[in-house]
Parts: sequence; C-alpha cells; structure tokens
Amino acid sequence: MATTVEPPAPGGPAAAPPPGAIAIPDFEIVPRLGLIPVAIVFAGLVVAIAVNELWPLQFFHVAFGAAWTIIDLFLGFVLGPILGRLAVPARIEMTTRLMPKMVLIMPTVVTATLAGGWQLGHLLGTVDSGYYHHGWIVASYIVVGCMAVIALGLLEPANIAVLFELKKPQPNPAIIERLMKRFIYTAGILGALQIATLVIMTKIASG
Amino acid sequence: MEAAGRAERPMPPVTQVGMTSLALIVAGGIYLAAHLPQSVPLAPAIVLLALSALLLAANLISLTRVDDFAWWRFFQVGRWALLAYAITAGLIEYAFLRNGLSGGPLIVVTLSLVVYALHVPMLIAFTVARYAEGREDGGA
Repeated sequence: MATTVEPPAPGGPAAAPPPGAIAIPDFEIVPRLGLIPVAIVFAGLVVAIAVNELWPLQFFHVAFGAAWTIIDLFLGFVLGPILGRLAVPARIEMTTRLMPKMVLIMPTVVTATLAGGWQLGHLLGTVDSGYYHHGWIVASYIVVGCMAVIALGLLEPANIAVLFELKKPQPNPAIIERLMKRFIYTAGILGALQIATLVIMTKIASG
Repeated sequence: MEAAGRAERPMPPVTQVGMTSLALIVAGGIYLAAHLPQSVPLAPAIVLLALSALLLAANLISLTRVDDFAWWRFFQVGRWALLAYAITAGLIEYAFLRNGLSGGPLIVVTLSLVVYALHVPMLIAFTVARYAEGREDGGA
C-alpha cells in the first residue's frame, strides 16, 4: 500500500493527505528475494574458509572488497550529493528503491571482505606480526575499525530508520530530512576513509 | 504524540554511547590482531571489553528511563537485527576458530563479538523506535 508525505510546512499533521501530498511507492524494508543471494554468498564464504585455498579466499576478499570500496566512494562522492539536491518526490522515489537494497548489500559485502580477508591473511602470513609490511596491515585494521564504527553506529541505523518512517501512513518530513542528512554525511566520511584503504591495500599488494 | 514532537523529544545519548562501546571493542580487537601469532598480555583487551560491556548496560538502563518509549517497535526491529548480526558475528567467529585461535584470546574475541551482536541491533532498534509512537495502536 502506498503512503503519502507532505512537503515540510508549518502546522500540525492533517487528517487526510492534501492535494499536494507526495505519493510514496510501496516497498519492502528488507527485500525478501534479496535474502537468497545473501544466503548463497554466506554459504560460499563458509566453504572458502573451510577449504582454505588461495583462489576462493582471494576472490571473496578482492571482489567483495572492491565492491565495498566502489559502493562507498560512489555513494559518498557521487550519489549522496545528488540525492541531497533532488526534489523531495524524486528523493523519496530514489530512497525507497535504493535503501532497501543497501540494507542487504552492505552487511553482506563487508562480512565477506573481512572474513575472507582474515583467512587469506592467515594463509599468506600477512597478518603475522613478523610480516615486513606489518605496520601497513595494522593501519588497515585501524581504518576498517573506524569505518565499522561509523557504518554500524550511524549509517546502518539511519538507513533502516528512514525506511520505517517512509512506511508510516503520515511520514514526518523533518525526520526523513534528518536521517537522510545523516546517511549522506556518513557515506561521505566512509568514502574518504575508503581512499585510505585503497592507498594501504595497493601498497601491500605492491610488496 | 504528534509527528513534530517525535522528532524533537529529548533522548539519552544512546547512539554516542553505542559508538564509543563499539570503538572500544574494535580497539581491543586491533590490539589482539596486531600481535598475532605471538602471545600477548590480555589485560588491555579485557579492560576495553569490560568498558564496552558496561556502556552497553548503561545504554539499556538509560533507555528504560525514557517515558513513552516505543518498546514494541524497539523489540520488533531489534529481534530481526539481532538475528542478522548474530549471523555475521558467527561467520567472523568461524574464521577465528578455523585458524586455531584458542584460550584467553578466543574468549575475549568471542565476548567482543557478543557485545557487537547485541549493541548494533540495539542502535538500529533505538534509531527506529525513537521516532515511533509509544504504543502500537498509535496512542501516547
């Protein structure tokens, strides 16, 4: 069932949507069909860690790590600023189509990158403190740690909360605005931190 | 409560405290990981974990003192988020077990993952519930 939101205006909520109200398309907060590829990725990750061979671990760490970096950079520096400047109806349309997918994509990509990377580091010996680029490895832990705290503490809750707000019969534009700002700013910070990840990872890969 | 009121009502600093708690367990994890495979004094990681767990408890206590908090929404969102983050924590734990982590470091890592798997769903559930009506039927 579609809902409506009024553009920000003084005064209390109306009993019925006024003529200028913006229609919100129906959407699932967590797209159920999307859970199938998530389950496949996690099953593949468990197998890759169990067999402990270079190619599958390299695949999970590099492919999903690249996806994580590109998504953060694209969201932070391209899509985020565009989203912030869109008209309210277009922003709502975009949000209801993009955010539910992000709810599934980001935790999956991050878990596959980190779990696969940790196992790969063990296999190659790069997580050992005796590794000659150990300082760079620790730097990568710190950058990933900062990203994790920001993403888990600010971005992910804002992502889900804005979807719940948009599901209400009378969504509050002020709440949506506040949560979207939080999402866009944190995506920008994560994009900047991903540049540090690129510097560190290319340095380690270059030997 | 009116929609405008929901956006403005004061709340304890749950997000800030939660992020500090997550930062503490991340710091403990980095400390342990940076010293592998050598044995390392566990005391700093245990202190960081204990502080993190205390902040989790403080966050829950501060929420119980909020009048008209939408607990129905908090638990509705929290249980699904808990399931999702328990799965990701389990996968990370599996990677550590697969590499033969054992003893004290395994206990610290496991408890850190428990705090992570509880605190992240709590932050998600809080952020949703703070803007919800106090009662499921919409009453205050």
